Amino acid sequence: MLIARMLIAVLMLAMSIGGGAAFAADGGGKTIILATTTSTQDSGLLDLLLPIFEKQSGYQVKTISVGSGQAMKMGERGEADVLLVHSPAAEQKFMAAGFGATRRLVMHNDFVIVGPAADPARIKGVGAIEAFRRIASSGALFASRGDNSGTHAKEQGLWKAAGLNPEGQQWYQQTGLGMGQTLNVAAEKKGYTLTDRATYLALRKSLGLDILSEGDGKLLNVYHVLELNSARWPKINRAGGKAFADFMVSQQAQQLIGSFGVSRYGSALFFPDAGKSPASLGL
Amino acid sequence: MELIIEGVRQALALLLALDRELLAITWLSLKVSCSATLISLALGLPSGTLLALSDFPGRRLIISMVNTGMGLPPVVVGLFVTIFLWRNGPIGFLEILYTPTAMVLAQAVIATPIVTGITIASIQNLPAKLKLQILALGATRLQMVRILVREARLPLLAAVMAGFGGVISEVGASMMVGGNIKGQTRVLTTATVMETGKGNFEVAIALSLVLLGLAFGVNYLLTVIQQRERPR
Repeated sequence: MLIARMLIAVLMLAMSIGGGAAFAADGGGKTIILATTTSTQDSGLLDLLLPIFEKQSGYQVKTISVGSGQAMKMGERGEADVLLVHSPAAEQKFMAAGFGATRRLVMHNDFVIVGPAADPARIKGVGAIEAFRRIASSGALFASRGDNSGTHAKEQGLWKAAGLNPEGQQWYQQTGLGMGQTLNVAAEKKGYTLTDRATYLALRKSLGLDILSEGDGKLLNVYHVLELNSARWPKINRAGGKAFADFMVSQQAQQLIGSFGVSRYGSALFFPDAGKSPASLGL
Repeated sequence: MELIIEGVRQALALLLALDRELLAITWLSLKVSCSATLISLALGLPSGTLLALSDFPGRRLIISMVNTGMGLPPVVVGLFVTIFLWRNGPIGFLEILYTPTAMVLAQAVIATPIVTGITIASIQNLPAKLKLQILALGATRLQMVRILVREARLPLLAAVMAGFGGVISEVGASMMVGGNIKGQTRVLTTATVMETGKGNFEVAIALSLVLLGLAFGVNYLLTVIQQRERPR
C-alpha cells in the first residue's frame, strides 16, 4: 500500500512542521497580546520599544496592529491583554463600561490636514474646523479612513463640530484602509485627508501631499495604554498587561519615545506625556 | 518606472546580502504553505477518490459543496478560524491563535477543497471502461483504486500545484489568524501589505519578487516531475 504509506508519512511530516513551529512561537504562557493602532507600528516606534521590553521582562509580545476601534473591541471580548490606542472619547466609554482596569497617558503627537499643493479648497493656514467647512463647500475630494480607527473618530468629531454630515456626499470617499494606504489614495486622487503626523512624515517622500492645516488644539492626538479588566475575562494575562503598561510610562520608555525619529525626520514623531494630567493637554 | 527598477535592484541587494529577516520570512512562508498543502493532500486525495468512485445519495450535493469550496475566499476562512480560535472561542483552549500553527490550519481549510475537487475531476476523467477492465482482470476493489490513482497521477500533481498556489499567495487568512507578528507569523504576503502601508514600496516589491520566485520554483519542480512521468 504505497499510497497509504505515503499519506501517513505526509501527514506526520505536516504535523511535525506545524507543531514544531507552534512550540517555537509559544513561549509557555509568557506571551502578551498587544492590540494597538496602525500608527504605532507603521511609524516604527514599536520596533524600537518592544525588543527592549521583551528583554527586560521576559515576556513575548504579539502585536496585533488594527484600528483603535477594533483594538478596543478585542479588549471588550478579552482577546487582548493590553491596549495602546488613541481614541480618547471611545476610551472613556470603554472604561465607564468596566472593560478596562487602568488607563494611563503615554504620549501625544498631532493630526494634520494634508492635501495637494494646489490647495483647491484654499485651506492653507486656517483652523481645522474652518478647513473642513471649506473642503465641504468647495466639493474637493476628501479621503476618509472609514474604519472606526482613532483617526476616523477624530475626523468624525471634527465634521460634527463643523456642523456638517459628509456621509454619502460624492466628494467624501471612505477607503476602509490603514493610514498609510489612505494617504496613498489621497495622493493619487489629489484629495485631502486627516492623518497623524508620524505616519505622514514616514511616508512623505513618496506622497506629494503638503501639510495645509496644523497646530489647532483640536488636532491633538493622544495615546493611552489600557490594562484590561481580568475579572471579566479570566484568561487575560493580567501580570503581563501590567508589565507592559508600566514599561510604557517608565522613564526609560518615555525617553526613547521622545527621541524616536529625531535623527531620521529632524523632529520627534511623538511627545512623551507619562504622569501629566489630562487637563494639561486640554482633554 | 524608476520605482520598479529600484524595487528590483533592492530585491536583488536584499537577496544577495542574504538579509536574515527576509530569509526567515521566506522560510516561514514556505513552511506554513507546504504544511498546509500536505495536510490538504492527506485529506483531499482519499476523500476526492472516494467521492469519484462511489455512489450514494447526496453525493452530488457534496461534490457541489466541494466545488464551491474551491473558491472559498481566504478572508472568510480567516474570519471563522479566528473566531473559533479566540481564547474564549469554541476551541480557544488550544491557544494557537497568532501562531504559525493557526496559519497552517487556515490554509489547510483553503487548500483542501481545491485538492479534493481536482482529485474528483482527475479520477472521473479516466476512461470509464478502465474501471471495468481492471475489475474484469480479477483485481480487488482496493487494487483497482490503486491503479486508478496511479493512472491519474499527472492531473493529481496539478491538484498539488493548485493547492499550494492557492495558499502561498493568500493574505487575508494569514493576516487575521497570524497577526503579521514580527519574527513569529510574518510571511511574504502579510509583510508585503505592511510595507506598502508604511510606504516602503521598494521593500514591498522586493518581497513580491521573492514570493513570485518561490511560487515559480515550487511549481517548476512539480512540473518537471509531472512532465517526466508523462506517458509516451
